[in-house]
Amino acid sequence: MSLLAVEHLDARHGLLHAVRDVSFALEEGEILALVGANGAGKTTLLRSISGAHKPSGGRVLFDGADVTAVRANERVRRGIALVPEGRRLFSSMTVEENLLVAGRTKRPGRWNYETVLDAFPLLRLHAKQRSGDLSGGQQQATAIGRALMTNPRVLLLDEVSLGLSPVAVNMVYECLQAVIASGATIVLVEQDLSRALRIATRVACMLEGRIVLEGKASDMTREQVTEAYFGLRRSDASGAAS
Amino acid sequence: MWLDQVLQGVLLGGYYALIACGLSFMFGILRIVNLAHGSIAVLSAYLVWVVAEQLKISPFLALIAVLPVMAAAGWLLQRTVLERSLRSGALTPLLSTFGLAVVIDNVLFQRFGADTRSLAPDIGDLAFNSWDVPGGGSVGQLALITFGVAVALLVGLQLFLNRTPLGRAIRATSEDPDTAELVGIDSRNVYAAASAIALVTVAIAGTFLAMRATFDPYTGPTQLIFAFEAVVIGGTGSLWGTLIGGIVLGVAQNLGSQINGQGFLIAGHAVFFVVLAARFLMAGRSPRTLLRALRGASA
Repeated sequence: MSLLAVEHLDARHGLLHAVRDVSFALEEGEILALVGANGAGKTTLLRSISGAHKPSGGRVLFDGADVTAVRANERVRRGIALVPEGRRLFSSMTVEENLLVAGRTKRPGRWNYETVLDAFPLLRLHAKQRSGDLSGGQQQATAIGRALMTNPRVLLLDEVSLGLSPVAVNMVYECLQAVIASGATIVLVEQDLSRALRIATRVACMLEGRIVLEGKASDMTREQVTEAYFGLRRSDASGAAS
Repeated sequence: MWLDQVLQGVLLGGYYALIACGLSFMFGILRIVNLAHGSIAVLSAYLVWVVAEQLKISPFLALIAVLPVMAAAGWLLQRTVLERSLRSGALTPLLSTFGLAVVIDNVLFQRFGADTRSLAPDIGDLAFNSWDVPGGGSVGQLALITFGVAVALLVGLQLFLNRTPLGRAIRATSEDPDTAELVGIDSRNVYAAASAIALVTVAIAGTFLAMRATFDPYTGPTQLIFAFEAVVIGGTGSLWGTLIGGIVLGVAQNLGSQINGQGFLIAGHAVFFVVLAARFLMAGRSPRTLLRALRGASA
């Protein structure tokens, strides 16, 4: 049984059909890189999985249970955590408070305030600082740490490198190594194809709301993914998806 | 004499801060201007009065019995009325709390009639005893206790928000309810808890209102105006600002009464208007926009 399964998911923003009939399954310990151009539906898909966006059709199954109608906070308690695009920190609260507020779920696991600070040493230096005053990289590390505080079984990372300097992106991914090394199950939305292909075990490419290419990262070439990304040779790419 | 009036004004400001505390908390957390605030304070005054009269106990003990009832009422109010109202835009909570105020006032009138009541007789000498102040003048014992309770309540609320897990969850939900849900916070329950806390503070304020003055079923709207003015003067949603706003209002009213017999209320309203206009202009609006808004309000 898959840890996370999405079945024929549809999601809309008003008249815009953002996610169309998307299905995939994720086993424990897998890292799925979800790539695609802006507006491909990646963020909406992640938000639908996390419960932040109500899908218009299809199902989300977590650990065998249908969680499609379950509220976001309850999905977190069951083990699905989202690091949202743009970090969405509680800017008036300190780094410490941002982490502790997520620790209220009290899910058992390896992550707590101390282990998160061990994995993200820079946060220890800024623990008493307001999160709104941090740099982009520090904010992203806080957002990932905050999600880890819920001890997720599936971590959904939405554009963790967006708007960050190359140095900050490297720093964030260095910190993420500790999370990856812990055997976490991750769905990663990333614009940086090279980076996504380097850390993912599987890749799914979205185009206009659909998954047009999916498979093991080790089996795919960068050219294949790039072509699917931009909608070139779409029919071939769809064929490769299976 | 002026110094004594300032001192009395500061103490009166303590009462205004106490009555404004729940309004400020509710606005700061839930973004709701609760127009039923004054009526709920009067409702709790009646509840304390009934319990004290029936059980022949001190109003302070009666208040302890009433607090859980008001907390439960706050929880229910949020889950049944305010939560639904908030989903329907900014105007709906105003209308629904205004409607609630009308219902509370008239149910109280139906049940208790128009007679004025007070808890002053139930607290004995505390209602009128005072302590002398060096250099002349005196401070009322009840007024000083009221001020102390207001400060303690505001300090307690601030500590609660900063130091406790529920307090942090309330702040997080207030800042971004959608993201709060994404870190496992049940925003509906957190809002309901905040509403329960707000009504507990309103119950305390209502009891002190009943001990320091008389009340009847239609006392609520006047209390709402004072509370609203204190909140606006001090800065909407700021607990410390509410204390300062209450004190500024109380001092202005007392000094106004020294200038003119009718100056008590007018001075308070004038300070409120000046602060409101200053905030309006500092927010980048032009004086013409302010005048247009005022003309619109009076039309």
